[in-house]
Amino acid sequence: MKNTIAERIFDFLKDYPPFNLISKETLLEVSKRIEIQYFEKDQIIFNQNDTPHEHFYIIYEGAVRLYRFIDNEKHNLDICDEGDLFGLRPLIMQENYLMGAAANEETILYGIPISLFNGIILNYPKVSQFLIASFATNTRDPFSDKHKGKLFANVSSIQKIENSFAETQSAKYSKNPITCSIETSIKEASMIMTKHIINSIIVAKDYIPIGIITDKDIRTKIGTGIFSIFDPVSKIMSSPVVTFPEKITVAEAQIALLKHKVSHICITKDGTDKSELVGILAEHDLNILQTNNPMFLVREIKYAQDAETLKHIRTKASELTKGYLEQEIPIYFITKVITEINIAITKRIIRLAIKELGQDPPVAYAWLAMGSQGRSEQLLMTDQDNALVFENVDEDSYLQVKEYFLKFATLITQKLHIVGFEYCPANIMASNPKWCLSLKEWKEQFKDWVKHPTSDKILLSIIFFDFEYIFGDKELYNQMSESVFKYISKKQTFLGFLSKATLDNPPPLGFFKQFLVEQDGENKDHFDIKSRAIRPLVDAARIFSLHHSLKVNNTIARYEKLMEVESQNKDLFESCANAFKILLQFRTLQGLTNNDSGKFVDINNLSKSDRLKLKSCFKPIKNIQDSLKLRFNVSQIP
Amino acid sequence: MIFNWFTYRKYPDFWKNYLKSFKQKQPKSIEETRFVVFDTETTGLSITTDRILSIGAISIAKNSIDVADSIEIYLKQDEFNTETVEIHGILKDGNLKKITENEAIKQFIEFLGNAVLVAHHTAFDIEMINAALKRMKLPKLKNKTIDTGILYKKLANKKDKLYNLDVLCDEFTIPKHDRHTASGDAFITALLFLKIISKLKKERTVHYSDLFRTSNNKGLI
Repeated sequence: MKNTIAERIFDFLKDYPPFNLISKETLLEVSKRIEIQYFEKDQIIFNQNDTPHEHFYIIYEGAVRLYRFIDNEKHNLDICDEGDLFGLRPLIMQENYLMGAAANEETILYGIPISLFNGIILNYPKVSQFLIASFATNTRDPFSDKHKGKLFANVSSIQKIENSFAETQSAKYSKNPITCSIETSIKEASMIMTKHIINSIIVAKDYIPIGIITDKDIRTKIGTGIFSIFDPVSKIMSSPVVTFPEKITVAEAQIALLKHKVSHICITKDGTDKSELVGILAEHDLNILQTNNPMFLVREIKYAQDAETLKHIRTKASELTKGYLEQEIPIYFITKVITEINIAITKRIIRLAIKELGQDPPVAYAWLAMGSQGRSEQLLMTDQDNALVFENVDEDSYLQVKEYFLKFATLITQKLHIVGFEYCPANIMASNPKWCLSLKEWKEQFKDWVKHPTSDKILLSIIFFDFEYIFGDKELYNQMSESVFKYISKKQTFLGFLSKATLDNPPPLGFFKQFLVEQDGENKDHFDIKSRAIRPLVDAARIFSLHHSLKVNNTIARYEKLMEVESQNKDLFESCANAFKILLQFRTLQGLTNNDSGKFVDINNLSKSDRLKLKSCFKPIKNIQDSLKLRFNVSQIP
Repeated sequence: MIFNWFTYRKYPDFWKNYLKSFKQKQPKSIEETRFVVFDTETTGLSITTDRILSIGAISIAKNSIDVADSIEIYLKQDEFNTETVEIHGILKDGNLKKITENEAIKQFIEFLGNAVLVAHHTAFDIEMINAALKRMKLPKLKNKTIDTGILYKKLANKKDKLYNLDVLCDEFTIPKHDRHTASGDAFITALLFLKIISKLKKERTVHYSDLFRTSNNKGLI
């Protein structure tokens, strides 16, 4: 039967989260069961400690004020406006209202029956994910501390969420792969491969994988006459093999193939090359579009002969990012893939530079990435931030060595620029003599920054302490990062200075939940999502990681690690990681849409649902900043 | 109540149940009362020659509009007036599921029960229903009625004009979706009803009985 009113309600609900995540049929059913209520200004909707209603509410028109009495004093907690949900948590938790709600102006509410919604939460993981995100940001609410850890205790669907991500789909691979022994001749192995029509064969002993031979080995090592077909397979096999446990996910497989630059992964019982072989996963098993997959791009990068070709490939990678975001592939996975591509490009450029200079580097060195690239968080083309460390050399040869590396670095930065990585406006690049140093000089530099944290040195430490190894001698990098932890552990007040610096960042929201926008300049009335929302989270993760000497740079990975080492603050770190993921995805989409860095967001052009999404990320920011303040004695810092 | 026992026996069950529902004690407060806000779309404005094409109705109880307690009916009619099609948009043989007038009235009466009927300019819609009842050899509706047009005039300084639904929608900022569909207008009228009552309450103490009194001596109908 036609239901005009329900259709009209449906039209309203469908634009707001979490209703935008529900199928049309289900939402229409929900719409048929809505109750509509009208409230005058200041009329009470429910009182604190009231038993929960049968409905929770979405504001159709007007605004609602949430408040709480503490010691007979009324505190206004929040103002909700059109499209905001409220009064849901007590219904799920089956407890009385923690806050009171009153109409802040003339208000029309849609009441949604909780009986109907419980089923939706169970059947739509994305809905519960949205609710968790919006509740999680409230878990640190000082009034609800007692709920820590038991939020959603009675909603079993929550566990399912993580598994619904495409990232965690398990990859399909061939079971019971064909093997041969190490004594087998190449000719025999080739005949087995031909008979079974396979492009690889695993060399194994008692089902323990030792090595692998692929079509390519036979082409490059036999066809060229380097080895004879009567030689044993051990002569041409790749060994050891890359191994993974049985539960490999598509994301892990893609990353492993990228990282190790192999076309096959051996699946073993416990994931090491010391346990029994159970399968083989080949690149084509991942079954993804050929020209638009990261592995294809990485291979293209490896064969690129100039920066212009690399630029073209990087453009394709941008399209890839866009596609991933549209498919709602988790941001963590996307950043990993894009980072691998960026690293591959940088490495290729370094190789091209060495070739162009016609002279190998005189001593060991390492190329380092800083900032967002160092943290593996680069999705868009941003500035290049890099540095170079070279082995300690004696005074006589120092100048000559440094001269080489400066020339080398200048060439590399030029090429990166051609690819599309803008020069760093602050000149934090390896081509700058200040950031092209020997290991000894770097250590002194770090020591000085930690010991004498003036404001300019703090800014530099923020950038440099996120450095990541890209190419060259990894040992140099290891020694650098260990020195940082050593100096900081000796002078913990340094972290107080870092905390103070990040707390100076402008907060995202003003009084009454207004977005704080830029006051003047070309970005007037735009919201600076990078400085006001993303950076505070990145900074906090860095400070806590330095405090615990964690050797991770990626912000999400840092929060995940922090959840382990400070299990008592698990909720806080988790809400930060979630908020960060949402913000990064947001910024990237903005950037791709507007073809810029996505730093500024035009609030007025945002949909209501996007505005809500953004706002939901701000509570963790405040909570982690409060935590920094206490932990690192910021009030003691001059 | 005076009625002829022989006539009563001939009434269909739904009408007997309808009559019975009025024997129950009626609530005497606004909060406890079930209001049914309704609207009809018709082939024209003549009570005798025009016919009902659709009825939309939705209930209000405890100050909230209950979408689950609503009804939307389309009627099969031989009478058809091409001139009004552009107002209500209902075609003679459209795709909507239509039922006979008798069945429609039965469903509406069952839905309505002893609720207080609310409409904007009630008189016409009620007379159209009564005309249909007459064709079924049934008496007139017995429900108490409230006209939102008159209710509005009870507000301070609103006595002089006659207001149509569009003007009131603008004044009360009610979006005019689905205007000129029976359900759409019923829904708009329901919102209007809640808003007027709330405004009235702000101006003075409103008793249940106040809702039924006309605002001035002239009356409207």
